[in-house]
Amino acid sequence: MNFKRKLLSAALLALTAGAANAQISGNVVKIGVLNDQSGTYADLAGPGSTLAAKMAVEDFKAQNKGFTTPIEVIAADHQNKPDVGSQIARKWFDSDGVDVIVDLPTSSVALAVNQIAKEKGKAAIISTGASSDLTGKACTPNTVHWTYDTWQLANGTGSAIVKTGGDSWFFLTADYAFGHALERDTEAVVLKSGGKVLGKVRHPFPSADFSSFLLQAQASKAKIIGLANAGADTTNAIKQAAEFGIVKGGQNLAGLLVFLTDVHALGLEKAQGLIFTESFYWDLNDQTRAWSKRYGAQHGGKMPSMGQAGVYAGVLHYLKAVAAAKTDDGTKVVAKMKELPTDDPLFGKGSIRADGRKIHNSYLFEVKKPSESKGPWDYYKLRATVPADQAFRPMAEGGCPLVAAK
Amino acid sequence: MTEIFGKPLPVIMGQMLIGLINGSFYALLSLGLAVIFGLLNIINFTHGAQYMMGAFAAYFLLNKLGVNYWWALLLAPLAVGATGVIIERLMLSKLYKLDHLYGLLLTFGLALIFQGAFRHQFGSAGLPYSIPESLSGGQNLGFMFLPNYRAWVIVASLTVCLGTWFVIERTKLGAYLRAATENPSMVQAFGVNVPRMITLTYGFGVALAALAGVMAAPIYQVNPLMGADTIIVVFAVVVIGGMGSIMGAVVTGFGLGIIEGLTKVFYPEASNTVIFVIMAIVLMIRPQGLFGSR
Amino acid sequence: MAEDQYKPHPSRDDAAEFRYHRRAFLVMMALFLVAPMVVYPVFVMKALCFALFACAFNLLLGFGGLLSFGHAMFLGMAGYVSAHAAKVWGFPPEFAILAGTAAATVLGVFAGLLAIRRQGIYFAMITLALAQMVFFFSLQAPFTGGEDGIQAVPRGTFLGFLDLTNTYVLYYVVLAIFTAGFLLIYRIIHSPFGQVLKAIRENEPRATSLGYRTDHYKLAAFVLSAGLAGLAGATKAIVFQLASLTDVHWSMSGEVVLMTLLGGMGTIFGPVVGAFAIIAMENYLAELGSWFTITQGAIFVVCVLAFRRGILGELEAWLRRRRAG
Repeated sequence: MNFKRKLLSAALLALTAGAANAQISGNVVKIGVLNDQSGTYADLAGPGSTLAAKMAVEDFKAQNKGFTTPIEVIAADHQNKPDVGSQIARKWFDSDGVDVIVDLPTSSVALAVNQIAKEKGKAAIISTGASSDLTGKACTPNTVHWTYDTWQLANGTGSAIVKTGGDSWFFLTADYAFGHALERDTEAVVLKSGGKVLGKVRHPFPSADFSSFLLQAQASKAKIIGLANAGADTTNAIKQAAEFGIVKGGQNLAGLLVFLTDVHALGLEKAQGLIFTESFYWDLNDQTRAWSKRYGAQHGGKMPSMGQAGVYAGVLHYLKAVAAAKTDDGTKVVAKMKELPTDDPLFGKGSIRADGRKIHNSYLFEVKKPSESKGPWDYYKLRATVPADQAFRPMAEGGCPLVAAK
Repeated sequence: MTEIFGKPLPVIMGQMLIGLINGSFYALLSLGLAVIFGLLNIINFTHGAQYMMGAFAAYFLLNKLGVNYWWALLLAPLAVGATGVIIERLMLSKLYKLDHLYGLLLTFGLALIFQGAFRHQFGSAGLPYSIPESLSGGQNLGFMFLPNYRAWVIVASLTVCLGTWFVIERTKLGAYLRAATENPSMVQAFGVNVPRMITLTYGFGVALAALAGVMAAPIYQVNPLMGADTIIVVFAVVVIGGMGSIMGAVVTGFGLGIIEGLTKVFYPEASNTVIFVIMAIVLMIRPQGLFGSR
Repeated sequence: MAEDQYKPHPSRDDAAEFRYHRRAFLVMMALFLVAPMVVYPVFVMKALCFALFACAFNLLLGFGGLLSFGHAMFLGMAGYVSAHAAKVWGFPPEFAILAGTAAATVLGVFAGLLAIRRQGIYFAMITLALAQMVFFFSLQAPFTGGEDGIQAVPRGTFLGFLDLTNTYVLYYVVLAIFTAGFLLIYRIIHSPFGQVLKAIRENEPRATSLGYRTDHYKLAAFVLSAGLAGLAGATKAIVFQLASLTDVHWSMSGEVVLMTLLGGMGTIFGPVVGAFAIIAMENYLAELGSWFTITQGAIFVVCVLAFRRGILGELEAWLRRRRAG
């Protein structure tokens, strides 16, 4: 009913006003940042993402003086629970006039909101959400998956490490769907690149104590211990690996989902030598450094995670598409986003595929030793760059119904 | 190499030792619960939160006041124990005439408040706390690498558990305590200040939880929710052991730690649930728990 | 349990009590019938599901004197089964909901057989531990989708002619399910079975000496409560098109205790009031994140220390005092 009424009023508006802004519902572009504002992922998404979205709005307005429709940014905490997230999303779309929801860490919430956005004809730009299903079997014409996905991380980390000599692996896998998917994707890449998997152990999720699993990994004598888990599980495993002298003993840890903020929380002493893939690092080039300084100045000196960078770039591109399509209708704007080439200071030039996947370079990093670090937040050294055309899963393999239909 | 069920013996020994370390925490926590339950007849749901507060206290002492780990082992339990005394005086003491379930509900509410407040203040990503210099490094035992700190945890926990057992079962103070458990009004008539004894007992039980928290801080992330799930496992430990004896709590704590450690070798997927499965079996065979009396 | 806390109110005058209940029921129904015109209907549906959940819980605590700290397992498991039935097996919604309810009932039989071996605090801890086991099962079992839960559950057509994709149709179906569950609970409480249950709550040894197999009664109450909690969970899964780990987590078990305690345990309408209060709070405090947890904890403490009869219990006591004086 509500939705119908809104459609009707939008139609009436279009008939009567006839101006350039006629297609903007409620005469305002409303961006909802939906993420974890207080929990495990609050540091890598949270208020930092809200700030990134606001910065994107500022920059867009500065560059497009002709776009006079007001733009609003609101934020809410989904507590990493799909039920809370989907309720907020429904309420935002149904009664608060939100046009696009961005960020969406925690795959479960991202998948739920992905569905709702499609149902309501709105848009979703996922940055911190990880699941590669979002552009695979769960893809919709209303979603863009911006920053990274599980396939990319597994692929980047797996193949690059094998190429640089890490050819025997042992997996420490969180025993639930997400961990299994990471392990499966990485194992496939390791085997394909000529490496071998010496063993794996499934640890309960969540786990506070990894000592017994680490002992098993140590006993396997594998060169690389792959951590197919996330968040507190990963940091705990890394911390305890240091205690058991695993890295000192010559084995290396490979994180399959690690963020800058995790490394920051662990400290270089414990995290050194860790290898993983990301799509963005603040210290990549002059543009990323300049933007990150601006961001840090407004965020207590903290540097942005790749998720937060993705929110900025995604919102910027979304607004460009709104201006170009002269509407904020979710389906139409997302179609426009895919049509326009992307260009922003953080990810450079790129594009969005028909299945919603944003395409850009991906980087393999290693955490510096404390002696190599020149100052606060100087954590990574670049080990390899995976070019954009190889970084992501080929569209045909994803099983996205949108692509199959073509 | 000797093998048991297809697993090499050294691996099994290593895992049993690891299990003993986890068992140390279970034993300390269930001991605190048992002491409180013995005298107050209350299941202290706040125990997990107090364990967490012990870890945070150690973090503050180190980072804000420069107090090292060894002093934290003493000061953090005292500080958290003091908050326990306040809770008992202001709230729990009002409930003794009512059904014991109200004590459970009250402490559950307090646990939510503490966990929420710490989460609000510090986020849930966790704070780092390093192993003290003198205990870093480790020993190569041949079958495994045992970090010194973990060895210390086993020794310290055993000492505290046995000490508590000795005080309660073998000293005059302990005799008063046990007597007050049986018949408070009689003990009161003999001139013992029973309410004060109850207060201090609660404070002591809470301090034990905080001590476990300090010992856990260097191993696990200092995290507002670190006690939330642990406490449910400890409840199961307590149900299995039965609330009957101090020794029961300690033995069950260590024993279940070892069983859990072995599960991690043979069937790691079940290591989260094995204690609950054991609980179900024990309940079917011996509803009062292994060491409990009817 | 303490005597004064659980008595609904002295049934000196059963007819007056019935009249009071009937009037209150009619007011409640009138409110619910017009609610979707005024309030966001999805919110009311959520509250209705939780109200039924709390009523089912209250049947066990308020009238059976058994505090379960693991009721989330029934809510959550029923949600998973009903979502799975609707999505994977293609059941129509009414059968999906029945399947979920049945699953919760079966789970209730097993959990009940174990839990009723001990009383009081032990009972609470055992139910909590069992629920934790169910939680880990839900996390690891393939059919629950782990952290993602079961998503995009089709709402379908209820009884073949009610299209549930229409929010208003869905609302009245949910209201009908709630009302049926609510009336069933009312009927149980006022049946001879309910009377025996109350007798056991007040004095179990005496009930035993009167020849009642108290364990059978307690088990039956446990299973009924589990099944009705399952009905709430199964319906919720269809409404939100989602079954997730939140509903099996121990904090959900704590939440239903809070709803019942706040509304007034052992009262007929208390749990409904409590559920609406908590859900409304959750709705408006959601942005505050951890403040919501703190508030919940504070309500617990206040209720236990100063407000043990809950909102409705206090209100009824006040009304009675006014009538008497």
